[in-house]
Amino acid sequence: MFSFQQWAATIHQWLQMHTGNWVVFWECVIIALLAITLFAVLGLVLVLLERKVAAHIQIRLGPNRVGPGGMLQTVADTLKLLMKEGLVPDLADKFLFNLAPFIVMMAAMLLLAPIAFAKGIQIWDINIGVLYVSAVSSISVIGILMAGWSSNNKYAMLGAMRSGAQIVSYELSAGFSVLCIVVLSGSLQISDIIAAQENGWWIFKGHIPVIISFVIFIIAVTAETNRAPFDLAEAESELTAGFHTEYSGMRFALFFLAEYINIFIVCAIGATLYLGGWMPLHIANWTAFNSIMDYIPSSVWFMGKTFALILLIMWFRWTFPRLRVDQLLTLEWKYLLPIGLFNLLLVTLMAIQGWHF
Amino acid sequence: MYSETTIVNPAASAPLKEGQLVINVGPQHPATHGVLHLVITLEGETIIKIEPHLGYIHRSIEKMSESLSYRQFIYVTSRMDYLSAHINNLACALCVEKGMQLEIPARAQVIRIIMSELTRIASHELWVGAMAMDLGAFTPFFYTFRERETINDIMEQTCGARLTMNYMVPGGVMYDLHPEFVSRVKSFIQQFKNKITELEDLVTNNIIFRNRTVGIGVLSKADAISFGCTGPVARASGVDGDIRKRFPYSGYEQLEFEQCIDTAGDSFARYIVRIKEMYQSIHIIEQLIDAIPEGDFQAKTKAVIKLPKGEFYSQVETARGELGVYIISEGGTTPYRIKYRSPGFSNLSALDYMARGSKIGDLMATMGTLDLVIPDIDR
Amino acid sequence: MNAENISTYLQELDPAIVLEAGGEWTTVQVPVSAWKVVAQQLFTDHQLNFLFCVTCVDWKTHLSMVYHLRSTITDTTLVVKVQLNSDQPEIDTVSDIWRTAEFHEREAYEMFGVTFIGHPDLRKLILPDDFEGFPMRKNFEDPVNMIKL
Repeated sequence: MFSFQQWAATIHQWLQMHTGNWVVFWECVIIALLAITLFAVLGLVLVLLERKVAAHIQIRLGPNRVGPGGMLQTVADTLKLLMKEGLVPDLADKFLFNLAPFIVMMAAMLLLAPIAFAKGIQIWDINIGVLYVSAVSSISVIGILMAGWSSNNKYAMLGAMRSGAQIVSYELSAGFSVLCIVVLSGSLQISDIIAAQENGWWIFKGHIPVIISFVIFIIAVTAETNRAPFDLAEAESELTAGFHTEYSGMRFALFFLAEYINIFIVCAIGATLYLGGWMPLHIANWTAFNSIMDYIPSSVWFMGKTFALILLIMWFRWTFPRLRVDQLLTLEWKYLLPIGLFNLLLVTLMAIQGWHF
Repeated sequence: MYSETTIVNPAASAPLKEGQLVINVGPQHPATHGVLHLVITLEGETIIKIEPHLGYIHRSIEKMSESLSYRQFIYVTSRMDYLSAHINNLACALCVEKGMQLEIPARAQVIRIIMSELTRIASHELWVGAMAMDLGAFTPFFYTFRERETINDIMEQTCGARLTMNYMVPGGVMYDLHPEFVSRVKSFIQQFKNKITELEDLVTNNIIFRNRTVGIGVLSKADAISFGCTGPVARASGVDGDIRKRFPYSGYEQLEFEQCIDTAGDSFARYIVRIKEMYQSIHIIEQLIDAIPEGDFQAKTKAVIKLPKGEFYSQVETARGELGVYIISEGGTTPYRIKYRSPGFSNLSALDYMARGSKIGDLMATMGTLDLVIPDIDR
Repeated sequence: MNAENISTYLQELDPAIVLEAGGEWTTVQVPVSAWKVVAQQLFTDHQLNFLFCVTCVDWKTHLSMVYHLRSTITDTTLVVKVQLNSDQPEIDTVSDIWRTAEFHEREAYEMFGVTFIGHPDLRKLILPDDFEGFPMRKNFEDPVNMIKL
C-alpha cells in the first residue's frame, strides 16, 4: 500500500541540499507547525462533533446556523473565547494560574509524537513508544492540580483533588491493559505493534483476554480524560466546573481544547493497540481479501477506527449518569485492577503457549 | 430582641471545628431548580449540617391575598407551585366554594380532574428530567420535555396559557373544552405509553443511577410524619396519606386508582413512587376521557363573591404533596387571613435531617427526589 | 377516638379549655399556660401525630395561633386555637413534639412577632435578616413598598 516514506525522503534530501547542517532545525519547525495545525483542526472538528452527536442523541439538531450545517460553529466559539476577558482572581497564585493550562496543553501535544497516523507518518517512532505515552499522559495531572490550587477557590480545590485521585488511579488500569498488548506483540515500539497486527488485529487474534483488556482500557481512558460518566471533576450540577471554575477566556479555551485532544489521543492509542492502527483489516492467509483491503488508504483506516472509538466515548457521556467519587474509586481499586492483573497473567500464559491466532 | 429563655440550643451559630468548611450551594446553582440557598457545613466530603436560607422569591402572597377579591386571589396562587398550577387554583376554588356552599356541575368536576392529572404528569415528567440531569444523565431531560410539550400544547389550546393557566374559577372552569381536546389527550396517552419505556430503560434500569439513589437519604415513616412530609416523599416512606383517597374532592371518590406506596424511604423509592403515580394518572384520565358529561362548565355565581363569616379549609393533592388553603373570612369581599399550607415547606425541613452524614453527591440525589419548587416554599 | 371524644376529654382535664363552634373540624380553645401539656397529651395519648398547618392570625385586639392536627392512625382531625397577648405574644414551642413546627414557628415569629419559648433556633427564615417590623400584622405600615389599591 501507499507509503509516505517517499515524500519524507524527498523533503529531507531537498532540505539537506539547501540548508546543510540546519536540516534538523528546519524539520523540527515543519513538524511543530504541522502538529499545531493538527491540534487546532482536531480541536475544531471534535468540539463540533460532540455537539452534533449530543444533539442527535437528545432528539434535536445541534448547531446548524453558523456555516453550512453548522460547520463554522467552533470557529465562532474560538473567536468568542479569544475576545473574552481573562479574569485572574485577586488572591490567586499568578504564576501557577497562568502556567497550568500550558502544562495540560504541552502534555497533550507531546503525546501526538508517537502516534502513527498512516503508513510512514509518525513524528517519532521511539523504541519505548507505549511507555512514553503512559508516562507523558501523567504530566497532565500536575497541570490540573496546579489549576485547582492556584485558583484560591474552595470548589476548584475540591474538584482538582477529586480529579487528581481519579486520574492517578485509572492510570494503573490503563497501564495494565496496554501491557497485555505489549506482551503479545513483544515490543514497546508502536511500529512493531502495528506490524504484528499484519495478519489480523489483536482484538480478533487475542480473543477473550484481549477483549476484556479492551473493555478495561476504554473504561480507564474515559476516566482518565475526565469524561462522563466519570466527570465529577467538572460536574456542573455539583461543584460548578471543578478545577477550571476560575478560568475564562483563552486560558479556558486551552483547557477545553486539551480535553478534546486528549480524547483523540487515547482513542488513537486504543485504535493502534487493539484495532491495528493504520493496518487494514487483514484475515491471515486470505491474500485476495487482504489485497482488496489494502486499496483503502491507511490514513482512512486509522481515522475511521479512531473516530469510531471517539463516537463510542461520546455516546457514553450522553447516556449514563455520573458516578459518585467513592463509587468511582471503588470501581477502580476493587474491580478493574484485580481483573486487569488477572487478565495480564492470562494474556502472558496465552502468549507463551501460543493460544492466540 | 428575644429573652434569654427562648434560645435553648445556640448551635446555629456554633463556631467551626478544625477541618470543617462552609460552602454555599445556591442561590444560583444548576441543581437547586429555583433560588434556594443552602449553607452547608462540610468535613471533607461529609455533610455536618445544612441550613436553608429562604426568601429569595418571597412575594408575600398571603398578605397580597388579603387585599384581593375572592375571584382575584386564585391567580396569584398559580405562581406558587407553578408546575402544578391547575391544582393550586383548584384548591383555592374549592375553598371558596366551600364557603359559598356551591354545587359544581358534573362536567366541570370531570374537567377539573382531567386537568389536574395532566398537570401531575407534566410536573413529574419535568422532575424526572431535572433529577436525571442533576445526576449527570443529560439525555432524559430532552425526552421528558417532549411529553411535557405535548401537554403544554393541549393546555394552551383550551386554557390559553402554558404555565400559569388560571383556568379554575369558583363555580367551575373558565372556558369550555376545545373541540380537539379529547382526541389530543387520547393521542397523548398513546404517546406516553410508548415513550415511558424509553425512560425506564434509560434511567430506572441503569445500574449507575441505582447506585446513586438506592439507600440514599432514608426517611423513616415516623420521621416523615413528624416533619410533616406529604405527597410522594411521605408515600415512599410508607405513609398512606394521599388526599385524593383520604379526603376525596371534586369527584375523585368515584374513580378507581391506587395509592403508590413504598416502604424503603430512600431516594430510589421516591423516584419509583412518582413513576408509578404517572401511570396512575394515565389510568384516571383513561377512565374519564371518553365519558365527559355534558352540561354547564360553570355554576352561576354572583359577580362579586362574599364569603360568610367563618373559616374554611380545603386540601388537595398537588404533585408535591398536600396543599392546604385556610381562609378566615369576616364576611367581606376580601379574605381576612389566608394561609397556604405549602407541601414544599415541610418537605424541605426534612432535608437537613436526611442529608446529615452523607456526601455532597448524595445531597444532589436527595434534594432532587424531594422535588422542591422554591416559589412554593417562599410563597 | 374521634375528635368529639378528644375535646370532651380535654374539657374535663382543664375547665379553661373551650369548644368553639363553626369551622370545618372540631375546634378547641386552649389557654397559653396549658398549651405545652395539652400538646404533649394530644401527641402521646391521642395519637395526633401529624401537625399539618400552623397559622397565626392578627385579630387587632389579640393574636391567635391555630394548630391543625391530624392522626394518621385514627384519621381524626382537631384544630387547636391559642389566644395570645398582642403586646408580648409568647407561647411554648412544640418543635420537640412535632418537628415540622421548627420551620412553621420561625415563620410565625418573623411575620407576627410571636416568641416561641424553647425553640432551638428562632431566627428569621424567609425575610432578610435586617428586616424591621412584623409584616403580616394588620398595623404594619410600609409607605415605600405597600400600595393601597
